[in-house]
Amino acid sequence: MRSVMAYIAGLLFGLGLAISGMTDPARVLGFLDVAGDWDPTLMFVLGGAVVTHFVGYRLAMRRPHPLFASAFQLPTRRDLDGRLLGGAALFGVGWGLSGYCPGPAFASVSGISLPLAAMLAAMVVGWFIARRV
Amino acid sequence: MDMTASLHGLIGGVLIGLSATWLMITLGRIAGISGILGTLITARPRGDSGWRLAFLLGLVSGPALVILAGGGLGNVAGRAGAVIGAPAGGVATMLVAGLLVGVGTGIGSGCTSGHGVCGLARLSPRSVAATLVFLAVAIVTVFVVRHVIGGGA
Repeated sequence: MRSVMAYIAGLLFGLGLAISGMTDPARVLGFLDVAGDWDPTLMFVLGGAVVTHFVGYRLAMRRPHPLFASAFQLPTRRDLDGRLLGGAALFGVGWGLSGYCPGPAFASVSGISLPLAAMLAAMVVGWFIARRV
Repeated sequence: MDMTASLHGLIGGVLIGLSATWLMITLGRIAGISGILGTLITARPRGDSGWRLAFLLGLVSGPALVILAGGGLGNVAGRAGAVIGAPAGGVATMLVAGLLVGVGTGIGSGCTSGHGVCGLARLSPRSVAATLVFLAVAIVTVFVVRHVIGGGA
């Protein structure tokens, strides 16, 4: 049952990425290119997602525990440190170079190309490196 | 402004918000892709991998279903209805970008979904800071690539 629930969540996420156009790096880069022909699409995606989850998260938290798990697993840290901000900065460079963040890159495998395969492989290498630094 | 593209963005965004809510209500987990996928590959946590695999299968089947269904529900820029856009660079650029995205989301504990969508909705100070940093750095990166190096292309 846990797998079915997770599959439904993944499916909703994948449908959202596909319908919103976030599986197109040009849309993402068009949003980030504030000095060019600006594309506001990503703003609507992030806005729609955050507002929906802002409400949904609070509804979820009214329950004592999740429907199919014993406890909510939430990050508890609230401090800012160099790893968080430095990591976010490195990610920002990679995102700006490619227009891919992890979700859209992985969700796009049904349209796999050599550059996308290279991106995904390097991303995995990056995750292994991150565990050692 | 392209109203159709914006409407697609809004509808897709709501679906992503519903996905994050669904995962939280059913399994109590944050819908952060770098965390779900990265942890599965690098740590293969026992008893905590099944739901990750199922989520990722769903994530891939979303765009695949939209392609199979036809009807032009995608939102690729300049190709009305297409679902998967072309990569913005060649293999060399993507290798560098992928490495930076992997290392960055790994040590920064999240990406656009975990920090951007879930973290902002939870009003997490760490996620708000991370999102502002990666957005600002990505905007500067695109500016340098397109308008400083690329001469305004």
